Amino acid sequence: MRFTLNGRSVTYEASGARRLLDVLREDLGATGTKEGCGEGECGACSVLINGEVVDSCLVAVGQVEGCEVVTVEGLAEGTELSALQQAFINYGAAQCGICTPGMLLAAHVLLQRPDRLSADDVREGLAGNLCRCTGYTKIIEAVLSCRT
Amino acid sequence: MQDVTYLRPETIQDAVQLYRTTPGCRPLAGGTDLMVMLHAGTLRPQPRAVLDVWSLRELKGVRRVGDALEIGAAESYTGIIRSADANRYVPALVAAARTIGAAQIQNRGTLGGNLANASPAGDTLPVLLAYDAVVVTDRRTIRIDNFFLGYRKTALQADELITAVRVPLDRDVVFRKVGTRAAQAISKIVMAVCRAPARVAVGSVAEVPMRAGGAERALAEGDVAGAVGAVAADIRPIDDVRSTADYRRAVTQNVLRELLDAFTRE
Amino acid sequence: MVSRSPIGQSVPRREGVAKVTGAAKYTDDLVIVGAWYGKTVRSTIAAGRLRAISLDPAFDWSRVVVVTAADIPGENVVHLIRDDQPVLARVGGDIRHKEEPILLLAAPERGTLEAAARHVRMEYEPSTPVYDLDGALEVYSTIQITKGDVDSVQGEVIERTFKVGLQEQLYIEPQGAIAIPEPGGAIRIIGSLQCPYYVHRALKRALKLSDAQAIVVQAETGGGFGGKEEYPSMVAIHAALLARKAGRPVRLIYDRHEDLAATTKRHPGVITHRTTVKKDGTLLAQDIEIVLDGGGYCTLTPVVLSRAAIHAAGAYSCPNVRIRARAVATNTPPNGAFRGFGAPQSLFAAELMVEHAAGRLGMSSVDLRRKWMLRLGDTTATGQKLTESVGSELVLDAALKAAATVQPSNRPTVRRGRGLSLVFHGSGFTGSGEKKLQGTIGFEALADGTFRILTASTEIGQGTKTIFCQLAADALGVSLDRVTLAPQDTSLVPDSGPTVASRTAMIVGRLVQDAAAEVQQRLARGEQPPIAIQKSYIQPDSLSWDETNYRGDAYPIYAWACTIADVDVDMITGEVRVTDLVTAVDCGKALHPVMAEGQIEGGSLQAVGWATIEEIKMKDGAYQNDRLATYLIPTALDAPRIRTILVENPYSRGPFGAKGIGELPMDGPAPAILAALHDATGVWLDEIPATPEKVLAACASR
Repeated sequence: MRFTLNGRSVTYEASGARRLLDVLREDLGATGTKEGCGEGECGACSVLINGEVVDSCLVAVGQVEGCEVVTVEGLAEGTELSALQQAFINYGAAQCGICTPGMLLAAHVLLQRPDRLSADDVREGLAGNLCRCTGYTKIIEAVLSCRT
Repeated sequence: MQDVTYLRPETIQDAVQLYRTTPGCRPLAGGTDLMVMLHAGTLRPQPRAVLDVWSLRELKGVRRVGDALEIGAAESYTGIIRSADANRYVPALVAAARTIGAAQIQNRGTLGGNLANASPAGDTLPVLLAYDAVVVTDRRTIRIDNFFLGYRKTALQADELITAVRVPLDRDVVFRKVGTRAAQAISKIVMAVCRAPARVAVGSVAEVPMRAGGAERALAEGDVAGAVGAVAADIRPIDDVRSTADYRRAVTQNVLRELLDAFTRE
Repeated sequence: MVSRSPIGQSVPRREGVAKVTGAAKYTDDLVIVGAWYGKTVRSTIAAGRLRAISLDPAFDWSRVVVVTAADIPGENVVHLIRDDQPVLARVGGDIRHKEEPILLLAAPERGTLEAAARHVRMEYEPSTPVYDLDGALEVYSTIQITKGDVDSVQGEVIERTFKVGLQEQLYIEPQGAIAIPEPGGAIRIIGSLQCPYYVHRALKRALKLSDAQAIVVQAETGGGFGGKEEYPSMVAIHAALLARKAGRPVRLIYDRHEDLAATTKRHPGVITHRTTVKKDGTLLAQDIEIVLDGGGYCTLTPVVLSRAAIHAAGAYSCPNVRIRARAVATNTPPNGAFRGFGAPQSLFAAELMVEHAAGRLGMSSVDLRRKWMLRLGDTTATGQKLTESVGSELVLDAALKAAATVQPSNRPTVRRGRGLSLVFHGSGFTGSGEKKLQGTIGFEALADGTFRILTASTEIGQGTKTIFCQLAADALGVSLDRVTLAPQDTSLVPDSGPTVASRTAMIVGRLVQDAAAEVQQRLARGEQPPIAIQKSYIQPDSLSWDETNYRGDAYPIYAWACTIADVDVDMITGEVRVTDLVTAVDCGKALHPVMAEGQIEGGSLQAVGWATIEEIKMKDGAYQNDRLATYLIPTALDAPRIRTILVENPYSRGPFGAKGIGELPMDGPAPAILAALHDATGVWLDEIPATPEKVLAACASR
């Protein structure tokens, strides 16, 4: 089966029932996507499939046939951080960093929306990404700073 | 999971055929329940294959069909939330979809999955009961009243595939979920009420999503206090990891009162 | 020379780019060629004896490596305080809790591992488990603190009993370690951990290794909060035993379910207060009893009890205090370190007592706090005279000033309320802890013009690496990019002590600062790099602690916080939603304001969760909430708006006056929330979590 990962074409030949999370981390060396629970509760494994944020521990790899998959490794342009990544650094939105990849992807999708974003919108959009370190305060500030 | 075969039919006919002819086969849509159980090894019997119906065009979409709104079994909750028709005709279902999980789960969760799993806590299920929805499968239609037979047991035959849900257009239904937290929450109780015909449907208070018959009879006579009193006897909640029977009973009554008061205020 | 010091600047996090690009490598991200997977097989009974282990011959055991207690080359003990906890339960030995580790497996692929585990059978001789605190299984520790004479005091007595529940640290990265056999009988551990030298000591004892043969390396760690203070020693020893027997690397990574079911939690307990006051509100006596549940093995329980006892009287000055604290054993999984480490538990009770006393006296609890609070020159319950940096009134005033006016609820079924708490928290190890530890760092000036910090203090998100570099760069007068850190690898760095107890910035940071200053002076005198020095902690003569009688200077200094919590209570469902938290913190000096705020915001939300939705129900000695679907921490939608006010009130021995504040944020929110609940509904709950079930029942019976 074939899909694109961060713009690159990937051919995958093993079991289609394997979790996309495991394929990314173990077969494709893309360890930026993390496993926090394996139950679809924490969002640490979030990736984008055709622009939508999903938990990759809940996706069988066969299901991304022909799809565009984006992980945290695809956010920067070469060595240049995206505005959102830079905001996370500037605002102190990453502490231990384990939730950060998933959080960035969920926030990235939020920022694609053309309409205004309130703090409550950001909370709702990030509700599927658990963070234990930050209390979410600076994550919300960082995301909102990208939409002004 | 390596030992599980992944099957991906191109059409609904292929899907139906494969489901009928492949032993130990489980349909896979958004995976929000199945993939967790597959990884944890808790499915009994252990499946030998998963049948991926997620991308079948025939199972997607929200569209008017006669005097009903037809929602594809593999349409995502996000798709339902964004549908202008769904917002117009079945706002309680949209409200329920909004309370499920969070963005990631809404982008993959489906009505087909919610129905097939038949969890007593399924958030859309009391709404479908209150709407008198109809489950459409590859071979027949099943009224929602007849769908839930027991704990996680449905009227579906072993190889029967849900293809759509049809919801009548003319109902006025309200919804409230009491979860364990503000998002990513399993319900402690979840309720949908239709004013006319009188329907009071409650989840997480029995082994199935259920209709509260006593409450409905009182409601049909316009007796709000009577409905609130009767619902306590209709339901059979338990103590579990999430909550207690006493709490569920009290909150079921409180929520019913609140929803019925909202009706009378309109 | 650099003109602007980075101190007090919120400079970018040292490892920030790696974290936002996904390049940071946590333990399970590491690719170790040839590594097998490991798994722990655990007890299914809570108490009894392990009669036999049988391996079903239907399984081909040549495909896996099996480790039992018989394979332990050193001592079958997880080294910590008491030496009561085995690495693996042995046949013929005791089982003291469900999930107690019995047997280890390693295999080349996970499927084989799971299949092997299904073919292991244990035979037990169960005995009657003890789950309640009065069950008198065993007492791990007792502490008594006495000041004045409570029995001689007459006045108005307020008595109340409080209960606090279990809490899981819920670091988003589960526990895990990789063990790699190396030449010369050495074993390298790479793991998710807070205290490399704790693991080092434990590894040496269990595997009979020399200092050089045990190598412990901290990988990027996805959260700790105390949960990775002592437990990683167990994981590391298990991984090492498997690697040793397999003759190859082994990855032992827990999944979330195992982590929730088997690892340490915050000590739950019961705290009773009898407070005597005069009618004018003068505080006359505090008589306090604490019982904490340590679970099946001792782990760090005596130290948790110690901190709980020392903080039990609250941030208040009282002439007569008696604190009797004990920690007991039950047949539940052992409890351990979690941010706050006993103080949140006892401060919860102390703060609510102020509310109850104020209610009895007909006074505002804010006024009562002003009357009672510790001030400069006062003595604590252990007789410690507070000679500097007492921020009690500063933080109270700052929080009150910052809190917005309460807007009335605009929904008839939602009641709104506000509550306040005032807390303090000792920074650094208790009593003689720092003196005994003699934490040591290394500091080097390299020939290429850069400088290197050698420390075992770990970065776990709280900013260790960034702050140490700031302190060094400032002392040297160089730009930040000239300062680097050696890896947290026991073969490379000395033991600066564990990353716990709110000590890292204050105690170890001060060593970094002093070392950098010394090297700078030597360079200024014309000395050429390379220069390498070490700096060790020296206990100031002015601090004295009597461990036997629990009297004296319990901590070098205290940090202070006032929290104001606003809640909305849904009267239909009993749900308590914390909408706003305002916290003023006396941190001494904010070396990095954004990181200081980050600690306060994160710790506060953990306390909000502990007070409201983080509930663990026990059934037959096992946690029922053993998946993330059932153990609930706040999502972004649950979290209040949190506003932090940093108050700088310098401490003479902290770097630039900084005090440790990593744990302090855990102490204030829970009692403030329960006071707010009372303000909203008139209902007093005496226990947390204040679940909707409890709130609704309490409101109904009112």
